[in-house]
Amino acid sequence: MTQQSSQLSAVNTAETKQAALSTQSVTLAYEQNVIAKDLSVDIPHGKFTVIVGPNGCGKSTLLRALSRLLVPQSGEILLNGENIHHQSTREVAKKLGLLPQSAIAPDGIKVIDLVSRGRFPHQKWFQPWSEADQNAVELAMQATGVIDYAELNVDQLSGGQRQRVWVAMALAQETSLLLLDEPTTYLDIAHQIELMDLFQDLNQIQGHTLVAVLHDLNHACRYADHLIMIKSGQVIATGAPNEIVTEEIIQQVFGLSCLILADPVSNTPLIIPRGRKTAN
Amino acid sequence: MSAMTKNLLSKTLVLATALTLVYFTLFIGDDIANNLQDIWQLISGEADKYQSIVVWQWRASRLFSAIIIGAALAISGAVFQSLVRNPLGSPDITGFNVGAFTGVLIAIALFGNIYWYSVVGAIIGGLCAAILVYLFAYRDGHSGFRLIIVGIAISATLTAFNQWLSLTVSLETAMTAALWSAGSLNGMTWLRIMPATLLIVALMGLALLLNTRMKLLEMGDDTAAALGISVNKTRLIIMLIGVSLTAVATAITGPISFISLAAPQIARRLHPQKHITLVGSALVGALLLMSADFIAQHSMQNATLPVGLVTISLGGLYLVYLIIREGK
Repeated sequence: MTQQSSQLSAVNTAETKQAALSTQSVTLAYEQNVIAKDLSVDIPHGKFTVIVGPNGCGKSTLLRALSRLLVPQSGEILLNGENIHHQSTREVAKKLGLLPQSAIAPDGIKVIDLVSRGRFPHQKWFQPWSEADQNAVELAMQATGVIDYAELNVDQLSGGQRQRVWVAMALAQETSLLLLDEPTTYLDIAHQIELMDLFQDLNQIQGHTLVAVLHDLNHACRYADHLIMIKSGQVIATGAPNEIVTEEIIQQVFGLSCLILADPVSNTPLIIPRGRKTAN
Repeated sequence: MSAMTKNLLSKTLVLATALTLVYFTLFIGDDIANNLQDIWQLISGEADKYQSIVVWQWRASRLFSAIIIGAALAISGAVFQSLVRNPLGSPDITGFNVGAFTGVLIAIALFGNIYWYSVVGAIIGGLCAAILVYLFAYRDGHSGFRLIIVGIAISATLTAFNQWLSLTVSLETAMTAALWSAGSLNGMTWLRIMPATLLIVALMGLALLLNTRMKLLEMGDDTAAALGISVNKTRLIIMLIGVSLTAVATAITGPISFISLAAPQIARRLHPQKHITLVGSALVGALLLMSADFIAQHSMQNATLPVGLVTISLGGLYLVYLIIREGK
């Protein structure tokens, strides 16, 4: 793990000036249905970036584009300064991992076997399972705390444990960049916090650059170094939560009247919706 | 009983059934072999010519065909059930084998009964059926279930088309068509099965090579793409392999249903971790078709049934069971 993190930090210091991942005025669309026009975002190196916005604002679409699953109709997506679609998808998979919303666990698969699948981009035809593969899988299971369940079936686990197994699979991929599409959806509050803490560790201790789409604004404010607020396919505000989250901007992006306090635990913005019934 | 002994027991049972079947298929009958000495003479080549021809030219080639065709159909089934992520998504349900047979019929009608023309016709026919199903089932992407329903409809349409085709072509072609339309191993020879075997073995090798990618695709398109798989290209290649396996088998025997559908599912139940493996499916498929052909040859006193009739009868029952279970 130390070797891996030192490698990653070496990469980080060398390229801190350039964004790890960025979109250059892209148009994102599903066939005729245009989601975003002329959208430019930068994902800074070594930070935990969180994308928020109302339903249908295009935040998941942006994440799909950043992870090369959606080809932009115009504009470019740059990974370490190079057009992501000019690199082979397998090469990209060594640099960028993704935890999609729609992952399906095969019936009766063991935790260790699922995590091992993350090694696919590093393996060649006919190449046997190597020690490097084994180490990466074990480190990934340790980091996510699923090593004790290694021999259990994935279907036997709780929702929170299962999500950590998927994170372990993405970690086994050994990419410096990790993209997470609504990773805490369907989890109870304790498991949400546990998972967010895990992401924070991956970012701060292991040096992964993280990008997550989140629904919960308070989680976003508490954990993000860098917040990207999107509405109707346009970036409304971007920066550290303490600098950009104001009552006006929440009103503008979400159409929500709210009060903002300092979170007593983390001293980050805490959004208290006013709602209808409590309006003074 | 522990899981391991149970697993060992089921494997032994399957192996014993297979060997018994091989034994009876080859050596049954008073005028062939009455005792171990006769059998030894047959194996060592000391038996007289008539018996040798019956056993090694007629029966052995037929048995070998059942094994190789059964394995091909089963792997094709495992491939499609994996792609569609549904146990009903097999090529004999979605009509790819009927499409392949349409291709064979057209090839025979146009060029006469020529081996490679039939094989190529079958592959083209199977592919056309697959393309039709994919086009008609497309609505903002593909859901496995819609593919299956559309496949069943295409299958019925093509069956009707095949019958119409048989009625309009020459009597000779119609006779050939009728002979094959139920799927049969009658009159199989080494000369007929060997070229197809080469093709089938090559396709099986390709399927095994792409097995890892197939398993990653089962986890969802996004997950597979994130791991560095070109999803559409890979799916297309795997689909081509699956269609070709069914098509080559169909070109040789006519459409045999049920093996593609059932073999992977039976193999899954026999596997200790309940996984569908290609090799497991192939073994079960081979055993199923061997058994079905044994029944086809020996259930009636004076006639040999087409093996497709046996498999479709068994398959009908199994399908009903599967639909009831899926519906729950």
